[in-house]
Amino acid sequence: MYEKDGEKYFVVDAHIHYWNAAPDNWVPGQEQYAKGWIECFYAYHGLGPEHTRWTLDKYMKYSEQDTMHDLFEVGHVDVAIMQPTYLKEWYKEGFNTTERNAGLAEKYPGKFVLNTRFDPRDGDAGLKELADNVARYGCKGVKLYTAEWKDGSRGWKVSDPEAYRYLERCQELGIKNVHLHKGPTIWPLDKDAFDVADVDHAATDFPALNFIVEHVGLPRIEDFCFMATQEPNVYAGLAVVLGGLMHARPRFFAKVMGELLFWVGEDKMTFGSDYGIWEPQWQVEGLVDWDYPPGEEYDDYPRLGTAGKKKILGLNAAKLYDIPVPAEYQLPADAGTPAARDDAQLVEST
Amino acid sequence: MTVKDRVLTALSTVRDPELDEPVTALGFVASCEVSPGGDAEVHLRLPTYFCAPNFAFLMVADAYDAVSTVDGVQHAVIVLDEHFASDAINDGVAARAGFAQAFAGEAIGELDQLRADFLRKAVLAGTDQVCRPLLKSGLTASDLATLTIDAVPRTAALDRLRRRRADLGLPSGDGDPLLVDPVTGAAVAAEALPLHLRRARTVRTSIEANTGICRGMLRVRYDDKGEGEEEL
Repeated sequence: MYEKDGEKYFVVDAHIHYWNAAPDNWVPGQEQYAKGWIECFYAYHGLGPEHTRWTLDKYMKYSEQDTMHDLFEVGHVDVAIMQPTYLKEWYKEGFNTTERNAGLAEKYPGKFVLNTRFDPRDGDAGLKELADNVARYGCKGVKLYTAEWKDGSRGWKVSDPEAYRYLERCQELGIKNVHLHKGPTIWPLDKDAFDVADVDHAATDFPALNFIVEHVGLPRIEDFCFMATQEPNVYAGLAVVLGGLMHARPRFFAKVMGELLFWVGEDKMTFGSDYGIWEPQWQVEGLVDWDYPPGEEYDDYPRLGTAGKKKILGLNAAKLYDIPVPAEYQLPADAGTPAARDDAQLVEST
Repeated sequence: MTVKDRVLTALSTVRDPELDEPVTALGFVASCEVSPGGDAEVHLRLPTYFCAPNFAFLMVADAYDAVSTVDGVQHAVIVLDEHFASDAINDGVAARAGFAQAFAGEAIGELDQLRADFLRKAVLAGTDQVCRPLLKSGLTASDLATLTIDAVPRTAALDRLRRRRADLGLPSGDGDPLLVDPVTGAAVAAEALPLHLRRARTVRTSIEANTGICRGMLRVRYDDKGEGEEEL
C-alpha cells in the first residue's frame, strides 16, 4: 500500500518477472542471443532514474531477497502478478518460467498471483500442460508471446483456430485474464508482432475473457487505442509506458497517458512495473504525484484524479483477479467501478 | 564540401521508417570514413541488439543506395554493428539481395508494404503537426475541410507532409486538399474530420514517444554522439 496526502492506494503490480539471465543459464551455442536479450532489457533499465539503476551483474540474476525488498518492503506493492517468459531456446531453464516463479510465490502466500502461459503450436501436449499448471498453481491468467519463434514457425496469432482451442480450454479451466505481449519484440520478420488485429477478433469471440494488452502495443500505441476503444473486454497494461517514459521523457509520457485516458479510460488501465526491468517504488510514487505538465497541448486530454490513480495502481487489476481489497482502500460510491467494461465506444474507421 | 560531407548529407536523407527521422539526427551513424580513393565505409548502430531486423534492413539498404550515388564515392560499404542479424543484413545489402533473399527461410516478401504502412503513419502525424497551429489560430475543423494545400502558410512541417504524401503517390499539389485519407487519397469530409484529427494526433504521439524511448536506449548503449546526431 501507499499513502500520500491522506489518500490510501492499494497497489497491484500486474506485471513482474523473476528471471535468471546469468551465464550459468545460457544455452551453449546461443550465448550471443541470451546475452543480447538481457543487454537489451538493460538498455530499458537505463531509462529509469539514476539512483534506481543496478549493475549488469545484479540485473542478470537478482535474488529472492532483492525481489521481496524491492516489491514489498519499499515498493509499496500489495500483490504482484508474475508473468512468465520462457525463451527456452536461449536459456537452459527458461528465462522466467511458471515453475521458477512458483518457487518464489509458494514461499510467500498471498503476495503473488501466479500466471502461466501457453503456445498453441504445442498441440494436445500443450493443452495438457496448461491444465496441469492450472491444477497445480491455481492460475487465473496467462501471458502470451505471439511473436515467439518455434521450430521454424515465425509466430502465431491469437485469432488462429489452434489458439481458439486454447482459449476455449482457458475458459473451462477458470482462466479469466489473457495478457498479450504486444510491444517491443525480437523477431518481427514476417508476422507483424505489434499488430493487434488478432486481439480484436479474439476479444469479440471470447467476451467472457479479459484481454490485457501489455505495453499497449508500443511502438504502435495508436493501433492499440483504435482497437481497444471498441472492445469492452480489452485493457491497457502500462508496463514500459511508466518505466520507459515517465522519468526519461515526461512530456511524451503525459501525451501517451492522455491518449490512453481518452481512448481506453482509467477503468481499463493497469499498473505494471515490469520488475526487474524497473523497480516499482519510483513508478508508484511518480504516478500518484503525476499531472500533466503546463501547456495547452495537454488541455483537451481527460484529467486523471485520485480515484483514477487508485484504479490504475491496483483496483482495476484487483477486480480482474478477484483480489480482496480492504475497505479503507476502496473508492467512494460515486467514484465509478474499477475495471468497468461499459465505457467502450464505437469509433468508425476512417 | 568534402566527399565525407556529401556522404553525410546523403545519409541525412535516409530515415528510420518507423520513427520518420534521419538516421543521422537519431545518432544511428556510428562512423563515416571516405578514403582518398573514394572508398566510403559507414557504420550504423541501433538502440538495441534486437531492434526489428526488417527496419534495420531498410535503413542499411537505403544507406547503401544513398551513399553509393554520391559524387566522389567509388565504392560504398555499409556495416550494421552489434545487431543479432548484422551478418544477414550486411551480406544481403552488399550482395544487392532483397530482404527475402537475405533472410531466406525466415522472411517472405519484401518490405514495400511495411514502408508504405509507416509512410501513412507519417502522413497522419504530419497532418497533426500542420493542423494543430491552424486550429490554434482560430480555424475550425470544418474550415480545414475546405482548405487546399496552397491556402496554408508554408512551413517545414507542411513541406515534409507534402513529401510524404508524394512518396505514397497521394495528392500533394498546390490545389489538392489539405486533408486526405492516407490510404485512398480522397479528401476527408467535414463530418469525418474531428475523428481524423484525433487519430492524427494519436499517431503523432505514438511516433514521438517511440522516438523518445529509442533515443534514450541508444544513449544507454552508446555514450558517444553519432555523426550528425541532434541533441535530445
